[in-house]
Order: sequence, then structure tokens, then C-alpha cells
Amino acid sequence: MRYLLRRLGHALLLLAGVSVLTFLFTALAPGTYFDEMRMNPQIGPETIAALRAQYGLDKPLPLRYVFWLSSLVHGEMGFSFAYNSPVAPLLVVRARNTLLLTITSTLLAWAIALPLGTWSAERMGRLPDRLLSLGTAMLLVIPDLALALGLLVLAVRSGWFPTGGMASVGFETLSPFNKLRDVALHMILPVTALVLSTLPLLFRHVRAAIADILDAPFLLAALGHGIPKRTLLYRYALPAAANPLISLFGFSIGMLLSGSLLIEVVMSWPGLGPLLLEAILARDLYVVIGGILFSTFFLVGGNLFADLLLYWADPRIRTESNAQ
Amino acid sequence: MKVEATIGKNMQPLLRVENLVKRYAKRSLAGTPEEFLALDGVSFTVFPGTTLAVVGESGSGKSTLAACLACLESPTAGSIWFEGREITKLEERACRQVRPQIQVIFQDPASSLNPRWSVMEVLAEPLILQRKFTREEIDRRISSLLERVGLSPDIVERSPTELSGGQRQRLAIARALALEPKLLILDEALSALDCSVQAQIANLLVELQGSLGMTYLFITHDLAMAAHLADEIAVMDRGRIVEQGQAQKILKHPEQETTRQLLAAVPRLTLAPPLLEQ
Amino acid sequence: MIAILEIQDLHVSYRSSGGGLCPALTSVSFGLMPGEIMGVLGESGSGKSTLAGSLVRLLPANARITRGAVQFEETDLLRANADELRQIRGRRISLIFQEPSLALHPTMRVGEQVRQVLAAHDSLGKSALNEQTRQVFDQVFPEEADRISHSYPHQLSGGQRQRVLIAQAIACGPSVVIADEPTASLDPTTQMEILGVFRNLREKLGLAMIFITHNPALLCGFADRVLVLYAGKVAECGPAETVLASPRHPYTKALFHSIPTVFDRPGNTRKTKLPAILGDSARSSLPIQGCPFEPRCTERMDTCKEREPTRVNLSASHTVSCFKYES
Repeated sequence: MRYLLRRLGHALLLLAGVSVLTFLFTALAPGTYFDEMRMNPQIGPETIAALRAQYGLDKPLPLRYVFWLSSLVHGEMGFSFAYNSPVAPLLVVRARNTLLLTITSTLLAWAIALPLGTWSAERMGRLPDRLLSLGTAMLLVIPDLALALGLLVLAVRSGWFPTGGMASVGFETLSPFNKLRDVALHMILPVTALVLSTLPLLFRHVRAAIADILDAPFLLAALGHGIPKRTLLYRYALPAAANPLISLFGFSIGMLLSGSLLIEVVMSWPGLGPLLLEAILARDLYVVIGGILFSTFFLVGGNLFADLLLYWADPRIRTESNAQ
Repeated sequence: MKVEATIGKNMQPLLRVENLVKRYAKRSLAGTPEEFLALDGVSFTVFPGTTLAVVGESGSGKSTLAACLACLESPTAGSIWFEGREITKLEERACRQVRPQIQVIFQDPASSLNPRWSVMEVLAEPLILQRKFTREEIDRRISSLLERVGLSPDIVERSPTELSGGQRQRLAIARALALEPKLLILDEALSALDCSVQAQIANLLVELQGSLGMTYLFITHDLAMAAHLADEIAVMDRGRIVEQGQAQKILKHPEQETTRQLLAAVPRLTLAPPLLEQ
Repeated sequence: MIAILEIQDLHVSYRSSGGGLCPALTSVSFGLMPGEIMGVLGESGSGKSTLAGSLVRLLPANARITRGAVQFEETDLLRANADELRQIRGRRISLIFQEPSLALHPTMRVGEQVRQVLAAHDSLGKSALNEQTRQVFDQVFPEEADRISHSYPHQLSGGQRQRVLIAQAIACGPSVVIADEPTASLDPTTQMEILGVFRNLREKLGLAMIFITHNPALLCGFADRVLVLYAGKVAECGPAETVLASPRHPYTKALFHSIPTVFDRPGNTRKTKLPAILGDSARSSLPIQGCPFEPRCTERMDTCKEREPTRVNLSASHTVSCFKYES
């Protein structure tokens, strides 16, 4: 319990710190949203000044931060200049779209990496393992951008997949089942790109963790007791190899909102990524802060989850942390 | 050749320990803080050129004692005097002067030597850190050290992992000797070695004591080897010294129950009389 | 009486990274009688761990059993298939590994680890398995069996971990237990306790044991017969009282002499030079002609360099491999 509270406390401090820094950096960056307007000779400087006052941009920085913090307590995250709407609902919708993509691809990547990595570790050094390692190494080297673009080209040339976006034209008119089917079709390409870009690293880590354990004396001892191979693998080897994999899983969760930015932009998926990009370019202050905070929340939450999972899974960590 | 230390009446003790206490604080699973008393008022004296053996079971506090004396842990209370000077709470600079004179040899030859370094680098490191020797001087000292501990000079390029257990302990001793220490703390240094190798290293230690006048603090649970090497034996139990005295006396006339139990637990090899004479 | 385990002319080598074969065991033969404790005395490089592993075919990937047979109850273990081996391991022949802290799974409760051994060989129901596990624990832990069975390995002391290994070994009621240096990392008092546990089990269960150690003093009053290994070959083998009290092979004699005997000799022998065996037991991978102990032997003769000694029968049960005894 004490451990949990301590970690939660750390997490909150981290989030607070990130919010301050983000606020600072975006506010310090040259230019505001209204600089674009200044270029337009038809809009007079008084109008701009009035707009700035309206959005509170003329107040000092710490005050703005305090206002923003107080609105956060009420569940709002500021106001978007570009979309002319409160930020929170905007972020939620986009985040949901991103999560749809990333949760699917993370689950898929892990579901492939675990058995494949284990299978490869058992055959370490032999031909199947070498081929797999070579294949994943090549995938690792190919930039995500190239992967995404390549898949798009495939879509365009073959006509099998939609070439971007989340839904087809006329989405609202479809039946619920067809709606699902439509979104699923649109998901195929970005999910494939995401899986292909994250799978190689996962595979290598799983393979390394399992291979490490396969040499352990306690496995040999268990073999000496006549424990069957299947039990050895799932009841002995996998739990012992879990520690580095749990940390990696926490990292995967942490990347749920931030890892897909590039793919979303290239494939026009209406997720958090493109929104954030636009907002940064347009100096839409509160959208940027809100978006970054959202991502950080997931990152910190993911790590916290991994720590808790480790605490639950490994009795040695429990004893050690209680001893401190 | 027998080596007997002559303790003059006016000789100053090399090491004096008074009422050493070491407490570890930890939290139990229930969340309540628990205290673990590793050393509970330990006092003894070691004269130069002699060997004091500290024997006890695991958990008796002997390894904690070694750590405190080697300045690896700081004691909770009590004082340590080295060559008449108190070294318990020294600041960094003064500590750095004293440390080379007290060296430790640990039990596991494999984990106390960096496997990625060659023998040459292992031996050169303490000399380089002293910053007062030239390259040629270092090379010269390394060859003389190797000779002194009975290692052949052509192992300098090898890594410690390629050496046998006995060779690794010899290397550890050579590295400790590089700094010309006055006190050598041997924390179960022979326990992980084979019987015949233990004999070789024991002989080396006796020989070094004779030629260099080394003082040893020999920490072990092997009463037989302790009795062979030590002038005095101190028996530890649960953080305290329960019995202390001349080695022969402890062996032949133990007073405390702990000592008797330790003596009873020593496995004995009874050789037939004709063989004993050889 | 027929030997329960008969090792015949065992030859094991390791394939080195250069491709050559490095011999670890050569011409090892002996028999183990039911209910007998055979002490195998060997230092590093003698091949004792290879011997333990080869009896149940649990050797590293680069090991090659090049010749020999291990007869156990009408099966040659060296030629058994994987399934037969799995049935025998843990159930008829158990191996207790060195280093209890490494031989136990770090994140599984020890009670569960014993239960797994039972589950691997008996298809009993859950409650029957739990009951049997408890019985096994009661045999090895006279007190606190319940608390210990719910603990994790890192919460136990060295002696307690060793007892868990013993519990795993006897769980299915084997007829042979092979223990590889079971007391190496323990205190003297704990060592005595563990030896007592083994003696107890031998009396109660009629176990035959192969007890591997490098410390001859442990075998005194414990083993029935002693086999001395040097450089992968059997140097001497015979009844414990004979071998331990009056060894014949120069290596055995020299080994016993290098142990400090402060207790037995009258007078003050402190700090005298122990008659240690000179040199190293490290072996080169080049094949050697002649006796492997010859370079370090104080009683060597010319023939020792030229030929390998063969086994000589000193009596019905005592053999030695040394030219000194060849008539």
C-alpha cells in the first residue's frame, strides 16, 4: 500500500512538472495564434489586441497557468483558437480514434512477438532463428515513413484497401454492422504499418529474455526432476523471463497515444497526431498543452502500471521494497 | 619452518576495535520498522605480524565486521583505531590515506575480479590510482607481485575467467599486496576453494606473513583452518564475541557452548597412525 | 546382491569451440548397491559434475558421451529415449544440484516447486497432491513445515533451501539419489544437519546415494564406499574405512595430508607449512600419455610418464590405478 501511494505521488508530481514545462515552452516559443492575422492587412491592430485580451493572452504567464489549472479541476482544458471550441471534447474524440488504432496494433504485435520470440529462442543459432532475426533486423532498419508510404502505394495500386481516413464517404448512412466493417477496412493499413514498425523490437526483446532464462540452472534442475517440456516452458521459463517483458509492456502502454503520430499523419487517420501537428504549427496553445498532457498521462500511467505489475509478479521486489 | 610472532611488551596494537555496534533498519512486510543488530558491542585487539581468526556461523556478524573494518560500511557506534589513530569517522581525504593500508580479500574469486580486464589491468589499477608511479615502475612491480604470489608471468594477458579458483585468489592477494597494506582482512577467502588449493593458499599466506610481516584478520567458519593459521581465535555469535583467546586454548579447552558446538561440527578425517607420521 | 546402478566404462568428452574433443571422464566404472552411500571424492577438474550429469543425461549441449553404459533396472540410461528418461528422472533417480540458491525457481513458492515434481509423475487429484506435498515437507522439515512451504526461495536460509532440494529429490520415492556437493555453501553446523537428514532418509527409505564432494572429511562416518576421481579417471575405489584411513593412491594420500590436522596431532603445529600438492589440477586439452597425476606426484617413476596405469585389485573391494601396486 505504501509502495502504491509513493508511486502515485511521484506520478502526480511528474504530470504537474510536465504541464508547467509545456506551458512555459509553448508560451515562450515566438509567435502566437494571432500573428497569422497580423499579416492580413484587412484586420486592424485594435481587433487583434481585443481578440488577444478576449482570450487572455495579454495576462502574465503565471496567471494564465493558474487559470488553466483551475479550469482543469473543472474538467476543462482551455479553449482552442483554431477550432473555436473547448479543447477537452476535441481531444477526447481524437484520442479515442488513436487508441482504436494503437490498442489493436499493440495487442497484435505482442500476440505475435511472444510465441514467435519463444519459438526462436528455443532454436537459437539454428536456421529458422537466423532467418527470423535477419528478417526483423531488416524491418527495424526500414523507416516507419517508408513502410507507411509503401503500404499506401500498395493500397492505391491494388485498390483492395481504402487509401486513408477512418471512414468512407456516406458513413452515416450505413447500418451498424457495415459501419464496423468500414472502419475495420480503414484500419487495416495503419494497423499493419504500426505492427510492422513495433514488432521487430518486441520480438528481439522476447527472444533475448527467453534465451537468457533457458540457460538458467533452475530449468536444468527442473528437467532433472522430470518436469515435462510444456510445463517447463509456460510455468517455469516464461514467468522467470517476465521481468524485462513487463517493463517493455509498460513502455508499450506508454506509447499508446504518442507512438502512432507519423502513421496517422501519413494515412490521414483522424487521431491525436494530426491534431497536435496542426496545433503546433498554428500556435493553438491550449490544444498543444492538452494533447501533450494527455500523452504524458498515458506514458506515466503505463510506467506506473508496469511497476505495479512487476511488484505483483516478482516476490523479490516486494521483499526488497518493504525493506527500504 | 615455523613462523611465530613475537609480541613485545611495549608493542602497539595495529588494530583496536572498541564496542563496535552496527544496526540495520528495515521495514517488515507489515510496514512496521524493524531493527537488525548485526554487531552488538564487539571489541578486540590485533598486534602487528599476528593473525586473529574470527569464527562463527552465518548470521553471527563476521562479514559485517569485515565490512566495517574495511570502511565499506560505517558503524552505528563504537570506535576503530588503526596504528593508534581513530579511523571510525574520517573525512574523505584522510580516509583515502588510510584505506590502502587495510585491504580485503573476498570469498568469491570470480565476482571480485572484473572479468573484462586482463590480469595486467587488474594488477595495474591500484598502482595507477595511486598516481605516483611511472609506467616502467608499474610493470616492474607487477612482475614482482606475480612472483611473490607464485603466479607465472605469462598469465598477464589472460582474463580472470580463464584462471582456476586458486589462481584467482592468488591474483586477488597480489592485487591487495600492490598497495603494501599492513592489515589484510580475509573474508572467507579460502572457503570456496578445493581442499588441496586451500592448503596452497594457506602456505602462501603464512610465507607472506613471515617475509612481509603482514597482519591478518581471518574470517571463516572453518575452525580447522582457523586453528592452523591463527595465533588468537575470537568466536562470534549473534553479533557478539562470546569467547576469545589463544588458538590452542580455544581448541583444547573451550568454555562457551557456541564454541563447543562449532568444534563438534567440524568434520574430521581420522588417518591411521602409520600415515600420520609421513 | 545386484547393483542397482552399474556404470560401465563411461567416456564423456566436451566439444571445444575449436572443434576438438576435450575428455572429461575416461573409463569410469563402478556399481552402486541398494541402500549404499557411495562418496565420490573429486576436486575441480576431476569430472565429478560431469559424472553426476551423465548418469541422468543432463549435460550441456557440447557434451558427448562417447562410450559406455549406465545400467539401471534393466535399462541402459545412455540409450533410453526422451520419454523413458523423463519417467526415470525425479521418480526413480533424482539429482540434487549444486547451489540451492540457483537450483530453485526464484518466483515460485517452494511448496509449489515440490508439488510440481509430484505432479509430473503422478496423475493424482489436486487435494491428493497437496497432501503428499505436505507429507514430504514434514519428512524434511521437522518444524515449521507449513510456513516454509509457503515461502519463496529468497526468504529462506541456505540450509533451508538445501532441504527443499532434498524434498524435491525424495518426493516421488526414488531408489537412487545423486547429490552434487550438497553442503558446499553451508556452515559446518548446517552441514552436519544436512548429513543427518541424508542418513535419516537412508534408514527410513532405503535410498542408495551417490554423494559428490571435494572434502574427504565429510565422508568420514557417512559414506560406505569412497571413489576418488582425478582428471576424469578413477584413481581409487574401496570401502570408506579403508580408503579414508589408509589411502593407497599417491593423489589420495597427498590430498589427505594437505588438510590441516590441528585436532589430531599433539603439540603445536600452527602455521607450519602444509604438505600441499604442488601445481594445478587444470588440464590441457592435449591428450596425455601416461598417468594424469604424474606431474604432481611425489612418488612418480619412469613408467608413469609413458603408460597409463590400469586398475589393480588390492582386495575384493578395493581397487587402485597406480603403477606402484602393479606387480
